Amino acid sequence: MTALLMFPLFLFRLVLQSAALALSQIWVNKTRSILTTLGIIIGVSSVSAVIAAMEGMNRKILENFEMFGTRKIFIWPEQPSSGPQKNAPTWQLRFEAKHFEGLLEHCPSVEFISLIANAGRVPGRYMNRTVDSVSVTGVDASWFKIENRPIVFGRPFSMLDESQGRYVCIITAQLRDKLQMDRDCSGQIIQLGINSYLVAGVVEDKPNTGMMFGGSDDPMEAYIPYTTAAKLVRMPWIRVMASCRDSTVADEARAEIRFFLRRTRGLRPGEPDNFGVFLMENEVRQFKEVMGMITLVAAGVVSISLLVGGVGIMNIMLVSVSERTREIGLRKAVGARPSAILTQFLVEAVVLCMIGGLIGVGFGHLLASVIANSAPLMEQTQIPAWAIAVSFGFSAFVGVVFGMFPAIKAARLNPIEALRHE
Amino acid sequence: MNSGSRLIEICQLERTYVVGAEKVRALRGVDLSIRTNEYVAVMGHSGSGKSTLMNILGCLDRADKGDYLLNGINTTRMSEGQLAHVRNRQIGFVFQSFELMGRLSALKNVELPLIYSDISFWKRRRMAREALERVGLGERIHHKPNQLSGGEKQRVAVARALVNQPSLLLADEPTGNLDTATSDGIMLLFEKLYREGQTIIMVTHEVDIAVRARRIVRMRDGQIISDLPTEKDPARPLRDGEQIGGER
Ligand SMILES: Nc1ncnc2c1ncn2[C@@H]1O[C@H](COP(=O)(O)OP(=O)(O)OP(=O)(O)O)[C@@H](O)[C@H]1O
Ligand SMILES: [Mg+2]
Repeated sequence: MTALLMFPLFLFRLVLQSAALALSQIWVNKTRSILTTLGIIIGVSSVSAVIAAMEGMNRKILENFEMFGTRKIFIWPEQPSSGPQKNAPTWQLRFEAKHFEGLLEHCPSVEFISLIANAGRVPGRYMNRTVDSVSVTGVDASWFKIENRPIVFGRPFSMLDESQGRYVCIITAQLRDKLQMDRDCSGQIIQLGINSYLVAGVVEDKPNTGMMFGGSDDPMEAYIPYTTAAKLVRMPWIRVMASCRDSTVADEARAEIRFFLRRTRGLRPGEPDNFGVFLMENEVRQFKEVMGMITLVAAGVVSISLLVGGVGIMNIMLVSVSERTREIGLRKAVGARPSAILTQFLVEAVVLCMIGGLIGVGFGHLLASVIANSAPLMEQTQIPAWAIAVSFGFSAFVGVVFGMFPAIKAARLNPIEALRHE
Repeated sequence: MNSGSRLIEICQLERTYVVGAEKVRALRGVDLSIRTNEYVAVMGHSGSGKSTLMNILGCLDRADKGDYLLNGINTTRMSEGQLAHVRNRQIGFVFQSFELMGRLSALKNVELPLIYSDISFWKRRRMAREALERVGLGERIHHKPNQLSGGEKQRVAVARALVNQPSLLLADEPTGNLDTATSDGIMLLFEKLYREGQTIIMVTHEVDIAVRARRIVRMRDGQIISDLPTEKDPARPLRDGEQIGGER
């Protein structure tokens, strides 16, 4: 029992002693040690910098995705890949509002759905102020929720607005300012093209989602109920946007939508879809996968330099063993077990590598900050804690692997021959 | 004189070195028995196998044939680790060329065997200091080997050999690298240790050194050719009025 308790203690003391010995040995050969660990330093700094850059880019892009909305689902007409409709003109495949009636009731994973129809670009006027071109889009009330565009003043479209196709609109803050209307301009009347509209509310401008999804291309926008747009435009070209309840049920949502649309569009079993359902979540997932793979490959390639560093360590440890053959002989003569000698040299190699790792992480940190300042996409470059742990672990591992051979060599020396060395 | 218990018991010990195709029989059947608190000198021509015997006695080397019992325990079939333990606890070895570590102070050098005995830091310090005081170097504990004279270096080496209170002190030509006056100092130290109860075996070429021991073992061609108390050995100092070649 006591032996069981004593052994780890003994081992701990042995390692501690060996570490102290290793540090003093490394200190004696400062220059040589630093030169030797150069490989490890370069390896660890490049591994951690690459991981940092990849992680930073990853985070930045995911943030963009997040801002754009990862729960979005896009639905559009599409020529099927085979069958009689293969080369059908697109107007034959166009969506009609009736295709989507009752979709929400039949698709439990879908939270919101909105038809979208462009009602053209028209001049806008309020009192004596005018704007040349306002893009007018017909949407459902839920569109603002899908797009995550909060209505800051006024109200969303009401049931009556939608069912009666009333002439109401929700305008962007930019348009409001351009027309110099009150901050809360709800209830006022503006002229869009030939029709007058009651301003129901003001919606926030489209957020700038950066380089990935295009910024706010045209801030002069007015939204009217879809039903109103359908009155203005004969046979409108309908796009559809929906959102799933949660990104985990994205696939279910797509399956439900497909099932529903195939029925409403009269597709027989075996016929290919004549529409497409595109999941944002899918894109995110794919991106994550690809990014993870790239990170892994890059880190793998760079860690080859760590292995090269390991060979350097092995080399210097072999030199050290042959230089200190007499010392090893003496230690054995006064009672060092082979295991103690093995531990001493192994710990020395590991300590050497860990010092290299420490300096390497420092350099990697510098590199990361240089990368972070180089491009806006990279601004989040930063060595994650796990990368530091991995770098350390890996350099210790390299130390063990490449230190093992010299250490075994030292441990197996014959004491008399070792003492006679030189 | 031979009142102590049996410390060393060796029987038909053989050791053959193989160099290429050639075989050198360094020991050819050696029998020897040594009790505790004996003081033995081993003499012989160069190449007679003295160092080979000492290395086996010190568990630094193994015999090819025969048995070696130390304190009644057969060492012949011990593992490397067990032999290391024996070297650490039972044996103190003094080398002709001191074998001190140049980077370490006298104190650190003496501490070395204790590092491998699982003894706490402070106790190690104390034991090393005591051992250095015992060999008369209490004032020099922080000197590095290159700041010590040859005799002082050998004293440090003796202190290192003694620090773990071994049952056996082995010295292979301990005065081989020292001048006569300094050798004398080391011999006085050995005499003191012997009187304190230490068992000592030393190898030497010099008659003046050998006669300090109480028993002289002579070797030739890997065999023991004589094993006598010093006063009966031909090399004994002449007594007053005695003539060379005269018997009794
Ligand atoms: N490692 C070795 N390999 C081969 N032969 C050896 C080895 N060590 C010793 N010998 C041979 O064994 C024989 C005995 O050597 P040993 O060193 O025991 O002699 P010694 O009595 O100590 O001599 P010296 O007084 O010169 O030290 C010699 O012939 C020597 O050449
Ligand atoms: Mg010899």
